[in-house]
Amino acid sequence: MVKSGTIILNTAARLLMPLQLLFSVFLLLRGHDEPGGGFIAGLVAAGAFTLYLFAFGVSATKEVLRMVDPRDLIGIGLLLGMISVVPAWFMGQPFLTAQWWTIPVIDFKASTPLIFDIGVYFAVLGSVTGMVMTLMEVDKDEP
Amino acid sequence: MQLAVLMGFLLAASSPLLHRWFGHRTSLVLALFPAGLAAWLLLQAPEIIENGSLLLEWQWVPSLGISLTFLLDGLSLLFGLLITVMGACVLVYAGGYLKDHPDIARFHIALVAFMVSMLGLVLADGLFTLFIFWELTSITSYLLIGFNHADIEARKSARQGLFVTVAGGLALMAGLVLLGIASGSWSLAEILDQEADLREHTLYTPMLICLLLGAFTKSAQFPFHFWLPNAMAAPTPVSAYLHSATMVKAGIYLLARLHPELGGTAMWVGILSVVGATTMLIGAFLAIHHTNIKKLLAYSTIMALGTLTMLLGIGTEYAMTAFVTFLLAHSLYKGALFMVAGILDHETGTKDVTQMGGLRALMPVTAIIALVAALSLAGVPPLFGFIGKELMLESVLGADRFRMLLVLFAFVASILTIAVAFIIALRPFYGKRHHTPLEPHEAPLSMLVGPALLAVGSLLLGLMPALLGANALLTSAATSVSGETMEVTLSLWYGINVALIMSIISLGVGFLLFKRWDNVRAKLSLLAPIRRHGPEAGYESMMNGIVQFSEWQTRLLQNGYMRNYILVMLITLIALIGNSILLRHSPIFAFDLDVRFHEVVVAGTMAMGALFATTTRSRLGAVVSVGVMGFSIALIFILFSAPDLAITQLLVETLTVILLVLVLFRLPRFSNLSTSLERIRDGVVAAMMGILICLLIMTAWSIQQFEPISTYMIENSAPLAYGRNIVNVILVDYRALDTLGEMFVLALAAIGVIAMLKLRHGENSNGKSGESSKVTTKEPYDG
Repeated sequence: MVKSGTIILNTAARLLMPLQLLFSVFLLLRGHDEPGGGFIAGLVAAGAFTLYLFAFGVSATKEVLRMVDPRDLIGIGLLLGMISVVPAWFMGQPFLTAQWWTIPVIDFKASTPLIFDIGVYFAVLGSVTGMVMTLMEVDKDEP
Repeated sequence: MQLAVLMGFLLAASSPLLHRWFGHRTSLVLALFPAGLAAWLLLQAPEIIENGSLLLEWQWVPSLGISLTFLLDGLSLLFGLLITVMGACVLVYAGGYLKDHPDIARFHIALVAFMVSMLGLVLADGLFTLFIFWELTSITSYLLIGFNHADIEARKSARQGLFVTVAGGLALMAGLVLLGIASGSWSLAEILDQEADLREHTLYTPMLICLLLGAFTKSAQFPFHFWLPNAMAAPTPVSAYLHSATMVKAGIYLLARLHPELGGTAMWVGILSVVGATTMLIGAFLAIHHTNIKKLLAYSTIMALGTLTMLLGIGTEYAMTAFVTFLLAHSLYKGALFMVAGILDHETGTKDVTQMGGLRALMPVTAIIALVAALSLAGVPPLFGFIGKELMLESVLGADRFRMLLVLFAFVASILTIAVAFIIALRPFYGKRHHTPLEPHEAPLSMLVGPALLAVGSLLLGLMPALLGANALLTSAATSVSGETMEVTLSLWYGINVALIMSIISLGVGFLLFKRWDNVRAKLSLLAPIRRHGPEAGYESMMNGIVQFSEWQTRLLQNGYMRNYILVMLITLIALIGNSILLRHSPIFAFDLDVRFHEVVVAGTMAMGALFATTTRSRLGAVVSVGVMGFSIALIFILFSAPDLAITQLLVETLTVILLVLVLFRLPRFSNLSTSLERIRDGVVAAMMGILICLLIMTAWSIQQFEPISTYMIENSAPLAYGRNIVNVILVDYRALDTLGEMFVLALAAIGVIAMLKLRHGENSNGKSGESSKVTTKEPYDG
């Protein structure tokens, strides 16, 4: 049986999870130029939730996630991936041609690859967290 | 225009919503859509008739030659008008027929979706889009045949229709690809325009056979005709629309479309005229076996489809005129007759014509409609069907090949058809009144409008063929079919000739046959044992054979044991890779052995990990040593400066270990299940796999056939994709479509895992304790 963790694990998890999530967002956003990207970031974020799961169990993690079911995250990820496909059509270009826009004030490069990458992030995060969570949930309820 | 047509899919999807808003009037609202499209088509008609054709271009994936371009010429205009006008009639009719059906919204979804697919099919210019729409009509037809899905017969018929048409669809796909290769173009307009003669091409024979298989299955030609009568399990509006007027004519459309390029060879003439004539005769002959009014009509539809194929086979100028005329006439009268059949079924509660009688007084309007439409079917002047039949007989008499055979078949078939027409027009409405399950009365207005309109069409076009621009429309259609400019002038009176005499004789004999129908049927029932061995029996035994084969191969290859799956996969891989690497190329080792000490250490660690994982009796130990291997791989990535891969590998490895640890609790106690012989076998397979992959990598490293694509990617990553991390640019930009596919695979896998766990979990808590699974959870792990 997977039991909830020790004090050390609990404290570490409580501290590490926000940091890990922040790090995952960092990895996600810098991914186009430096090592990182949606897939890696999604795995890091999934790792954060998995750590929390080990420390506090399924129900506490669900509370952290609030209304969001990991399975919905998969859907959101796929949806974002599909959305990033569309703008090229409006520009009269083939499906999936990357579009780039610069947001003037903060000098940020927004683009469809970025939306796509965020989609990958959510799909990976949702899939891994969903699987781990279900495994633990089923485990917990069994005699 | 393309948008307008494709919007139909949205309309279909929103049909449940429309039902909430409009209730019973939804059918009328939906009917506005085909009516609008028909109006648009009519507005284009003068230009098309003037210029020959109209091309509405819309590129979709130009690099693959896929386009949504619509080609509007006489033929597609005629079909488009049939589809939209009949569609509007059928929608209004269905509103009455299924008025209080709880699933009428679902019906509308499938029917409107079918209508859009069928329109797309006849308007498409690209071969790919044509094929997609073709398959869509098969699928929507499947949904509509199986509309009463609680009925096992309906489900079986739906499946049969789907299998036959989709199997043909596969052949069609091959045929279209061959056509594209042979002609060098994926656009119908270009194929029809080009100078080169496809009939001389070496691919002509295989191409024609594939295309014909597709067309014959779709259009229910002998020996594939059996699915169509079974498709009568669908609600009657569907039979009227899909299985007489439109979908079953898709194959005919394809043949007519390609006739100018492929027609006229000995092979074309031989196959089409003989198969068409046989279908015509068999359809008409089988029709009089049946007392079920829908089956009667279904077989007579098969007869008509055979006639159309035969006319395309004959291919003379006269036959082309007959083809377009017969096509229009058939859709008008058969649509009306099917709707009459639906009214009779709806009002009396039976489909058996022998159980009906004397309904004339109770349903006067229906009786008149039935009479007009049936007389058109029989080919009695002054109805439009008469003109169609005269032209058909005339073209048969002018056939270049198989003339005697075709004349004989056509003559007998027309006698039988006339008998069928009399049965439908007279049997239910005249004679003694029978007791029927329901108390019959006249159908509601919504169910009468459609058939009345079609019957009036048959009458008006017969009396005044020049009216409504029918001559011009048919001229344009015949021109597209023949590929040469033609002039069609229809009239009721061509003078006394052989065809007219044949018509008169067949009318008389047909009427006699109708009078003695009950006796004839009794005699025909003696033939039942022969009919049991028809093509349908062949289909059944083939399907059973497929099921048996797949059961056998499932037992052999996919028996539910993980070890077996892996073994099968590895052996397959070894066979395939080994074949091409050892036999077709010889392995090459052209590289310098230049290894550093730390590399040897890392590789050694990996080897140790692998060795320990395979020999240990502790599961936890195995997981850890597999983890060691994974981390060593990450180390190698770092050594060869691939930080992205290293990070990914590390994370994946971590999560894999976590997942494995979670799963470990659920496994039974470790035990030796395989004999030592099996283990030697597994060891040999594993070793072969390892050696082979090693050879593969070394060979791949030594062979450099093309400029590596990575050069392009590295050079263009920053200027074109605005990214310096090439791995990421590949994932989200260069190869984004692959990544999108992988995302869906990942999502599917996750949903699969979650569903399986929850399902087993549900079974367990219901006290069934997962007996279905090979892995029991009873024994706790004490590792």
